[in-house]
Amino acid sequence: MEIAIEFLQLAIVMFASPLLVGLIRKAKARLQARRGAPVFQLYADIRKLLSKETVVSENTSWLFRFTPYLLATTMMLSALIVPVLSTRTTLGFMGNIIALIYLFLLGTFFLALVGLDAGSAFGGMGASREVAIAALAEPTVLIAIFGIALRAGTTSLDGMITRFAAEPLLMLNTGHLLAFFAFFIVALAENGRLPVDNPTTHLELTMIHEAMILEYSGRYLALVEWAAGMKLFLFLTLLSNLFFPWGVALDNTPVALVIALVALAIKLVVFVGAIALLETSVAKLRLFRVPELLAGSFTIALLAVVTAFFLR
Amino acid sequence: MAVDSSFMSELLVATIVCLGAGALGALLTNRSAKAARIVGCGGALLGSIFALGFGLAGLAGGSLRLYFPDLLPIGGAALGIDRLSAFFVVMIAVAAIPAALYGIGYTRAYEGNHSLGGMGFAFNTFIAAMILVPLAQNVLTFLALWEVMSLASYFLVITEHEREGTLGAGWVYFVMTHAGFAALLLGFLLLAQATGTAFFSDWHVVAVGVDPRSRDLVFVLLAVGFGSKAGVIPLHVWLPRAHPAAPSHVSALMSGVMIKLGVYGLVRVAFDWLGAGPIWWGGMILVAGAISGVLGVLYALVDTDLKRLLAYSSVENIGIIMLGLGAGMLFQNAQLPGFTGLALVAALYHTLNHAAFKSLLFMGAGAILHATHTRNMENLGGLIKTMPQTAILFLIGSLAIAALPPFNGFISEWLTFQSLLVSFHIAAHTINLLFTLAIAALALTSGLAAACFVRAFGISFLALPRSAAAGMAHEVEWTIRAAMAALALTCLAFGIAPSLILAPLETTVFDLIGTHADMKFDLSALAVNGDFGWLAPLWLALGLIGCLAIIPLALRLIGATNRRRSHESWGCGRALQTARFEYTATAFANPFKRVFALLYRSVKELDVEFHPESRYFVRTIEYCNEGRLIFEDALYRPLLRAIESVARQARTLQSGNVHSYLVYILIALVALLLLTV
Repeated sequence: MEIAIEFLQLAIVMFASPLLVGLIRKAKARLQARRGAPVFQLYADIRKLLSKETVVSENTSWLFRFTPYLLATTMMLSALIVPVLSTRTTLGFMGNIIALIYLFLLGTFFLALVGLDAGSAFGGMGASREVAIAALAEPTVLIAIFGIALRAGTTSLDGMITRFAAEPLLMLNTGHLLAFFAFFIVALAENGRLPVDNPTTHLELTMIHEAMILEYSGRYLALVEWAAGMKLFLFLTLLSNLFFPWGVALDNTPVALVIALVALAIKLVVFVGAIALLETSVAKLRLFRVPELLAGSFTIALLAVVTAFFLR
Repeated sequence: MAVDSSFMSELLVATIVCLGAGALGALLTNRSAKAARIVGCGGALLGSIFALGFGLAGLAGGSLRLYFPDLLPIGGAALGIDRLSAFFVVMIAVAAIPAALYGIGYTRAYEGNHSLGGMGFAFNTFIAAMILVPLAQNVLTFLALWEVMSLASYFLVITEHEREGTLGAGWVYFVMTHAGFAALLLGFLLLAQATGTAFFSDWHVVAVGVDPRSRDLVFVLLAVGFGSKAGVIPLHVWLPRAHPAAPSHVSALMSGVMIKLGVYGLVRVAFDWLGAGPIWWGGMILVAGAISGVLGVLYALVDTDLKRLLAYSSVENIGIIMLGLGAGMLFQNAQLPGFTGLALVAALYHTLNHAAFKSLLFMGAGAILHATHTRNMENLGGLIKTMPQTAILFLIGSLAIAALPPFNGFISEWLTFQSLLVSFHIAAHTINLLFTLAIAALALTSGLAAACFVRAFGISFLALPRSAAAGMAHEVEWTIRAAMAALALTCLAFGIAPSLILAPLETTVFDLIGTHADMKFDLSALAVNGDFGWLAPLWLALGLIGCLAIIPLALRLIGATNRRRSHESWGCGRALQTARFEYTATAFANPFKRVFALLYRSVKELDVEFHPESRYFVRTIEYCNEGRLIFEDALYRPLLRAIESVARQARTLQSGNVHSYLVYILIALVALLLLTV
């Protein structure tokens, strides 16, 4: 039974993430007084890309062809660890939140290598910026985790959500809110959303994620785009279920799972709206202002920890 | 399983005999370079294999007592083994076996213009001294072996003395190691005088009774001595000079193993000889670890010399080990023995892992140097196509050092994080804040290390060759590749099945501090502090392989096309992609140079030469962005200037007049008589 739920969670992450990306784009378009592409556009894009021939640069090596599979793999493995619907999963024991962070870093490492592999200046630039931002976001993540682990008494995701679900008035806790904001800024940085990176730009001086995947085409591009969608889905799911665990199934009855699904959908839609609003209202930061943003998020996380200690 | 003491001494004798045969044999066959090479490295290989057996037997509980009362003053020469010493012997052997195998093929490049007999002699002596240091049981045995180790490594460092900068690097190494030795000597003698005995096993019992001021002084002296060997900032200045200058298999041993003997000393001081100390001991080690970690990797990030980058990365990893040690000391002070054990296990596991992957990386750098004759990353590139196996092995080393699953660096860094995270059990706000900053420092170090090795691997191996030398590279010989493959397999094994090492390590820590570490593990999973943290490395690895296999099958099932065409890079539509368009190592490090500009204090120089007839045409542009070494400028140069001025004043004593010399002798005699009476 629990295995089935595990695979249901995996299927939701795999098949619903393009829809999430489509919803964000649609919301942004509406806010910008455009009609925008249909919400299922990314599915059509992926299908089209899978039927196209891939063009591989002569300068690249086996790493180039291997990395899209690795990216999709790390996202699928992370989907097995993150409690999307239920906290009682069979494979959730594989890793705690720190293992999850390092799985994401594994994907980033290989993607940065691919950026350098094609031998073009764009890829190198994208790779350099991406690893700089990932490295500077790490302290914030770990301190935010410390803040939440302090209050939950555990670093395993299932345990944290179970313990937080027992406190309905969680939102009013200062440390918790501060940790949420710090984590949210890191989510924006890691997924290449404004104000850190513009996911729709293709201007060489403004792209980071797009620059690394510039040489990809066909099935490789499909896998990379899908993996990026899954990463966004997983980050938003983590934010929803960890900081606002209302509705997460604490046991595996069908009723609880349906409630969990509905609750997740509602929380994700709220996040879609928030991100769309944020991306429409702020401009992308100059590259060397991004460390300042990350330093700010680090201070917020540090405050979260200090609050947690002093209000114990 | 009780291992016979005579069996242990037989193994030790076999080790020393093999190493001795290698040393002397290399000297005797010096006429024939090939014979000296094979005898020297072969003896080292055999001796290290015996040492591995010896260490494993020691971990299984074997004991040893060798005592030669007349060999050295103040107590004679005493050797003995306990589990901690055995662990370090195993670590030395794990790195020395591949290093010796590597040396057989690598030192062929030295035939003809270097003395391979001398190299073989120094190499075998070096390994022998390193194996015997953890076995030393009293002050002078320890110091004598320590000195032999330093001298042997000095002669190995200056092997390529004709190359510019090697002798200077050797000199800095020589001075720093002896400064550390002086601190160690002073500390040991002070402690021996205060406790009345020179034997380490007695100190464990007696040292707690020594008065606190003396204990503090001894701790600081021994920490400085061992810290300078380990390469903790600010005593690290010899590392980035000596490690690149040495031949690659020696660099691998120095960086992978020799600096860990400084860690061994610190573990002994903090947890065995001096007993529990005041809070500032642990705090000092923790802060030193945090600073070394962050600064080490920051210096590695901007370096274009591949071997110096690896040397700075060693400073960073020593910082991570110090974080674990400092946390352990603070837990010991707060009377939380389960967490002390946990932090110690994390620190020691990282020590072993670093020995494995740093040796692998240095060997890879040596292979690159062997094939392209350059260490400068700005001249490398495209090696993944001409040296495919070296590339994969170096990639495994990079993944391991960046602490990424499923390799060993991930497990030890995860454990270090867990031991820092459980610090909230201590109920002191200052300590909590200190630990919070330590967690932030470890996270930053980890992220920057990943960035550093993306740069190191990506620039050296990927895309197009940036120089003719890199373009003409070829794969290295099988001994070199076999040595690297052995280490890569070790990294993978320790990452997938950490319980192989955690079981003996946990027993070692239990022997040292008397309580079990707060962790449970079996073949597939490990848990820390009940359910505080869980990890299943085997499952993660299986999951990675499983998903990697499923995706292509699934794509084939849904009918995705398989057609592929090879063409030049798109590069946003630019034609004629050449090597000049590639990103350089300096450019890759630019964001970091900007963000951490306060630390690098780099000096930018830009020289533009215009065409004489028009300022619109540029002939050459020369750009130099040199980071300044803050510790050399701020700490060492003023110190050296002060010493120089004192020495100049003291020179006035040497007047050349015999009568004044006679007066000096008289004064010295009177002073000595007064002191003893």
